[in-house]
Amino acid sequence: MNPEPLVELRGITRTYGHGDVAFQALRGIDLAIAAGEFVAVMGPSGSGKSTAMNLLGCLDTPSSGAYRFRGIAVEQLDRNQRALLRRRCLGFVFQGFNLLARTTALENVELPLLYRGEPVAERHAAARAALQRVGLAERAGHTPAELSGGQQQRVAIARAIVTNPLLLLADEPTGNLDSQRSHEIMELLVALNREQGITVVMVTHEPDMAAYASRCVHFVDGRVDRDSRQTSCS
Amino acid sequence: MLLNALLLALREIRRNLLRSFLTVLGIVIGVAAVITMVTLGNGATRMVAEQISSLGSNLLMVMPGQRLGPGRDSAGAPKFRIGDVEAIRQQVGGLQAVAPQVGSAVTLVAGTQNWSSTVNGTSNEYFTAGNWTLAAGRRFSDDEEQAGKAVCIIGQTVRKELFGSASPLGNSIRVKSFSCEVIGLLAGKGQGGMGQDQDDTVLMPLNTVQRRLTGSLDIGGILVSMRDDADTATVVGQLRGLLRERRKLAANADDNFNVMDTKQIAETLSGTIGTMTALLGAVAAVSLLVGGIGIMNIMLVSVTERTREIGIRLAIGALEQEVLLQFLIEAVVLSAFGGLVGIALALLACLGLATLMGMPFLFNPGINLTAFAFSAAIGVVFGYFPARRAARLDPIEALRHE
Ligand SMILES: Nc1ncnc2c1ncn2[C@@H]1O[C@H](COP(=O)(O)OP(=O)(O)OP(=O)(O)O)[C@@H](O)[C@H]1O
Ligand SMILES: [Mg+2]
Repeated sequence: MNPEPLVELRGITRTYGHGDVAFQALRGIDLAIAAGEFVAVMGPSGSGKSTAMNLLGCLDTPSSGAYRFRGIAVEQLDRNQRALLRRRCLGFVFQGFNLLARTTALENVELPLLYRGEPVAERHAAARAALQRVGLAERAGHTPAELSGGQQQRVAIARAIVTNPLLLLADEPTGNLDSQRSHEIMELLVALNREQGITVVMVTHEPDMAAYASRCVHFVDGRVDRDSRQTSCS
Repeated sequence: MLLNALLLALREIRRNLLRSFLTVLGIVIGVAAVITMVTLGNGATRMVAEQISSLGSNLLMVMPGQRLGPGRDSAGAPKFRIGDVEAIRQQVGGLQAVAPQVGSAVTLVAGTQNWSSTVNGTSNEYFTAGNWTLAAGRRFSDDEEQAGKAVCIIGQTVRKELFGSASPLGNSIRVKSFSCEVIGLLAGKGQGGMGQDQDDTVLMPLNTVQRRLTGSLDIGGILVSMRDDADTATVVGQLRGLLRERRKLAANADDNFNVMDTKQIAETLSGTIGTMTALLGAVAAVSLLVGGIGIMNIMLVSVTERTREIGIRLAIGALEQEVLLQFLIEAVVLSAFGGLVGIALALLACLGLATLMGMPFLFNPGINLTAFAFSAAIGVVFGYFPARRAARLDPIEALRHE
């Protein structure tokens, strides 16, 4: 495998708040993820999974520790440099849907391409293709308010994959879906991982879903409790 | 990047039509108010200037009695006589014309029509002094003036009321007990500086009016028209000296007549209107400012409302300056649009009001440009602060925002 991991966390801590109300959500995370891996992150609620995903997604900076993305020291980047990194290399599926209200599915999906400055025709084509992949092509013109929870979740996934990111971060992408849809989404993620070589890090509570991953990382109380590379996690 | 931001801004405006409309309303009203006030003010100033100049430039009006104002006493003051007019003509330098005036309110009858108007007894010099021209017919002959013949020259309003659109020349009008022949028709002048109808007048020779209408040798007032090169102060000085002498006033006595300078009246009047215009313009400018604050307010509220949206944009890779630019463009587009609508509204209002008040409509590109630039500037200034606040949000914080 690639000697340089795609993502490398060393001694990461993240403390929310100051003084008496300070709360340490991450207490020293060491984690390396190679390009092409499909990682499932599991753990009890409040164990710091979303916090870790935000750090991986360059949305947040660690309180201490080092984060390298393709060898770049992310904690030394400024706001704009991190934004550019997110724009070029990362796809993020949020725990909430975080779609723009009163904005059609198609417009939501093409938004990252718009910020990349892609021409209209390519933007439309790519956004439609992404919606097609999540099985929502015929819903392209609907706004989030007109879509079911599961459909909104799929629009969010389409938005995350439309840019062909190097790293796809998905915080409970199947949290709002029935098991039929969940399996479809997992197959989509596996396909993206296998065919396009997109590295996937996915938070899930369901062992069924984690089973699709090639590696499983367990969080407990802001620490990595278990890191198993078997096909079956539980 | 600019194009993208423009696209995003336009999308947002379209998506939130009601909010956009409310934002724009303040600017529309402010801009429209400023432009309307200033344009109407300019029109009023121009109108007064035109009316005063239609009176005749460099005109002095000499009236018996003390100068206008509280405690004015004209009743006791001796009137002028034709001798005063002659003396002024001969002894005061720099004059163009000196015309006596005797007014008398009468009812005019011609055929079945009748009309109440004012007869003005005067001389041919009145044409020069009063800046009148004839539309048809002729002036008084020397014989008619001296003998006090029953002839008259009528204004446009009188013609319209008595003869309609027919030519009045050669017809006769009955005034009180005598009948007089119409020998001339004055060219129209329109409304006077005090709002009166200047064309509602009938001119007769001084002698005719004195003998047949007023029955006295008194003269109501004297119109004195100066030459263009004459110095007003010198002429007024000479005039006063002469009249004081003729009226045998003691050195320490007040004048029992007054000399009004139309130029001075015009200046005072335009000055007053200018002050009013400035005042109204200032009030309107305040309303424009309030409109701008309204924009800022709505932008601020919308930023709060849109915090999640901003978080999403930042999270998927929008740069701070891209979000900033989007909000700025939204604000500028809204206020520029508001400015344009305001200008359109103002032009409509000005046209309507100017027609209603019988004033000239003067399109003033300066104030339109200023108001437009100001509304756009309000957009930039008031759009900038909320936009900066939005763009500086931490994406995680913004996403958590409920
Ligand atoms: N902005 C914040 N301010 C203060 N505390 C926070 C903040 N964000 C998260 N926390 C706390 O940090 C801890 C970890 O939160 P995190 O969202 O990472 O949990 P999680 O593992 O994703 O949980 P879940 O499975 O419920 O999504 C929680 O105890 C949470 O209360
Ligand atoms: Mg979470």
